[in-house]
Amino acid sequence: MRKALGMLVLLVLVAALTSLAGEGFLSAYNLENLCRRTALFGILAIGAGLVIMAGGIDLSTGSVVCLSGCLLPWLLVEQGWSETAAVATVLGAGVAIGLFQGGLVAWGRLQPFLVTLCGLLFYRGLARGFTADQTQGFQGGYEGLRTLATGRIPIPGLTDLEAFDGPSAFAIPAPAISLLAIALLAAFLLRFTVWGRWLLATGRNPEAAAYSGVPVAWVTLSAFVAGATISAYGGMLFVLDVGSAQPADFGNFYELYAIAAAVLGGCSLRGGEGGIAGIVVGAALLQVLRNTIVLVEWIPDNLEYAVLGAVILVGVLADELVRRYSRRRGRRLAEDRSARA
Amino acid sequence: MPDAASSREHSGAPLLEARGVSKRFGAVRALDEVSCSIRAGEVLAVVGENGAGKSTLMKILAGVHEPDAGEIRFEGRTVRMRSVRHAQDRGIALVHQELNLAENLDVAANIVLGREPRRLGVLDGRGADRIAAAALEKVGLAIPPRTPVASLGVGARQLVEIAKSLAAEARVLILDEPTASLSKAEADRLIGLVSQLRERGTAVVLISHRLDEVLRMADRIVVLRDGRQRGELDRANATREKIVSLMVGRDVATVERREIETGAVRLAVKGVCSEIHPRHAVDLEVRGGEVVGLAGLVGSGRTELLETIFGVRRARAGIVEIEGVGLPSGDPRTAVARGVALVPEDRGRHGLFLPDPVRLNFAMATLPEHARGGMLSFQAIRRLADRLARDLHLRPPDHGRAAGTLSGGNQQKVVLGRWIALAPKVLLLDEPTRGVDVGARAEIHTIVRDLAAKGCAVLFASSELDEVLSLADRIVCLREGEVTGELAAAEASEEAVMSRLVAERAA
Repeated sequence: MRKALGMLVLLVLVAALTSLAGEGFLSAYNLENLCRRTALFGILAIGAGLVIMAGGIDLSTGSVVCLSGCLLPWLLVEQGWSETAAVATVLGAGVAIGLFQGGLVAWGRLQPFLVTLCGLLFYRGLARGFTADQTQGFQGGYEGLRTLATGRIPIPGLTDLEAFDGPSAFAIPAPAISLLAIALLAAFLLRFTVWGRWLLATGRNPEAAAYSGVPVAWVTLSAFVAGATISAYGGMLFVLDVGSAQPADFGNFYELYAIAAAVLGGCSLRGGEGGIAGIVVGAALLQVLRNTIVLVEWIPDNLEYAVLGAVILVGVLADELVRRYSRRRGRRLAEDRSARA
Repeated sequence: MPDAASSREHSGAPLLEARGVSKRFGAVRALDEVSCSIRAGEVLAVVGENGAGKSTLMKILAGVHEPDAGEIRFEGRTVRMRSVRHAQDRGIALVHQELNLAENLDVAANIVLGREPRRLGVLDGRGADRIAAAALEKVGLAIPPRTPVASLGVGARQLVEIAKSLAAEARVLILDEPTASLSKAEADRLIGLVSQLRERGTAVVLISHRLDEVLRMADRIVVLRDGRQRGELDRANATREKIVSLMVGRDVATVERREIETGAVRLAVKGVCSEIHPRHAVDLEVRGGEVVGLAGLVGSGRTELLETIFGVRRARAGIVEIEGVGLPSGDPRTAVARGVALVPEDRGRHGLFLPDPVRLNFAMATLPEHARGGMLSFQAIRRLADRLARDLHLRPPDHGRAAGTLSGGNQQKVVLGRWIALAPKVLLLDEPTRGVDVGARAEIHTIVRDLAAKGCAVLFASSELDEVLSLADRIVCLREGEVTGELAAAEASEEAVMSRLVAERAA
């Protein structure tokens, strides 16, 4: 929680600086867009975070996004399936991927890094294969389904803060509703249920968890299933948002955005640590930074990855320094106490 | 090498000497003013129970640890050995119980490791082969220097390790349990080699549990107990009985024997073979209300037996029954569900979630009981933690603290508390008071006895004989995976137990 607050302060700071240094940051159009992108990437980051908290890692997120992003329009347009059947199949594919990867990790005793690295190659290859590398799109149809991602809920009275192109009234983008629902559900499960405690315990110390009778293998499996299903849902929202998916590069690198957001938000790659609020703030921070690079004139856009890499590194480093400092201080306090006693 | 064989006859000057050496690890006094010396061409044996301080003494002589007090003298001069390298440079080599060979390299590369011959700055493979061949000949191992270590058996590896020390021109060779994992023939060969080395003027320090080997090899025997030196025997007047009585020594503390009301058999182990001693099947029974102690030295299979019963290890054969019903092998979850609990030896690794609060550690095995419909009841967890912290005299009694901030004794209470919350039918404990101070130790013993009084069947393993004797109602002796005796604690003496634990011969 402390970390989530720290990141929130940083987020506000970066946003303030950007609105001063660049043009149009506070426009309704930009804020709405930022909100939409944060929601889309935030959903993926929650999936990645759950796996990381259970002591694993999921590198396949981007490829799962690609697979579900291509599968949905392909089933609807090329195969003529009903919306319900197509959506159910895409989510079912996410569950199946989670069962497959989680099963290999939990019972096959394979390392999550390797299993999901193979997944990263496999699902993208699959998507490019069944589409023959052809872009999959909705061809202007399915407006109803697409409101899940493109819908806007205008907020009356909240008018533009800064004149810019596009609509001048601020609206909440529909994916933010999905993010809110998923985040609340995940936070509730993590904090208030037996499953959540088991998940964190398994990530913290799998051996001690097994010695306590925690069903470690099942918990691991459930984390991977949750991660992959959330990724599949996220991929659906991404394609519903932009309208079409190009199998060769749809969702490229998204796993890294997801993992980075989770780590910025307080998840330790050693497992057992992290919270949903932090992850969402981490995802927002990354999107604001990308926005900053675009809006601030003197930062060349081509430097995007370098800036993101540097910021994540500084964030992780700062956190480690704070942690060491507070640990030293805690030890000193304990020594003082025992010296006095 | 100088004419060592003849010089040893004339000069009685010690080559390596420890004078009043002490060493503490945290609150534990591992060595307390121990002195010993060894001359060239002599074999000195150091014997003692587990935890007597043998390994610490060896590690100080080999430069692994520095002593807190006292001095080490080499060739009559005080030396400070800050690292293994320092010791090696003086010709002191430790052949460790767990062999330290790089399995991915061949024999020659291992023998010259750290002092590789070079020519023009690049590795000199042929030079290495020459050095290795000479060293292998000295230990009588007829294998090509390029043999991969991975293809060698334990006995050959032991010899390679000694060859490595000889190639480094070791003048003092420290052998830590050299025959522990060797066959009879291999052990005999090693004993032969040790006497050859003695003839050549090498000083050999030997640690062994096998008293017959000690008696065959050693010129002098130093006995340690509880970190102190309890006696030194010459070859001429050493007997097995004398050594054992010095090893055990202390008066057995008078223990309050309570009336045991034993109930039905709660735990039955029938023909169980663990992975590391597949040839020996173990049978034992523990009744409700009974505390059974599993006595054994390092390598006797105590831990493995407990872990096999609990199911974190699979059994090679046999069956474990809880109240007459078989328990699936390799399934700790079912074991916990059936009321079996294990307090592991390494509580930091297997027992606790160190950064998490004590109350979560208390509740971890019983979370579903502290939840309704999958939703945790923080109130119920808090009530449980309040009760356990009070009953166990947890210090400090604050269960919101991270478990890792508690002392060893209080950490152990937290692990015990987790199982008390489960109200176990069978409680297994592995080294219940390791790294625990004297006060907490007594408290933990009381907690265990109280659990037994409530009808729980308790089986614990300990390498400390006085703990076995004072806590157990009945003692099961384990040697190299085999049950070598069962004694009622009331009639058992430390000598009687110890003689069942120490191997008669290298089998």
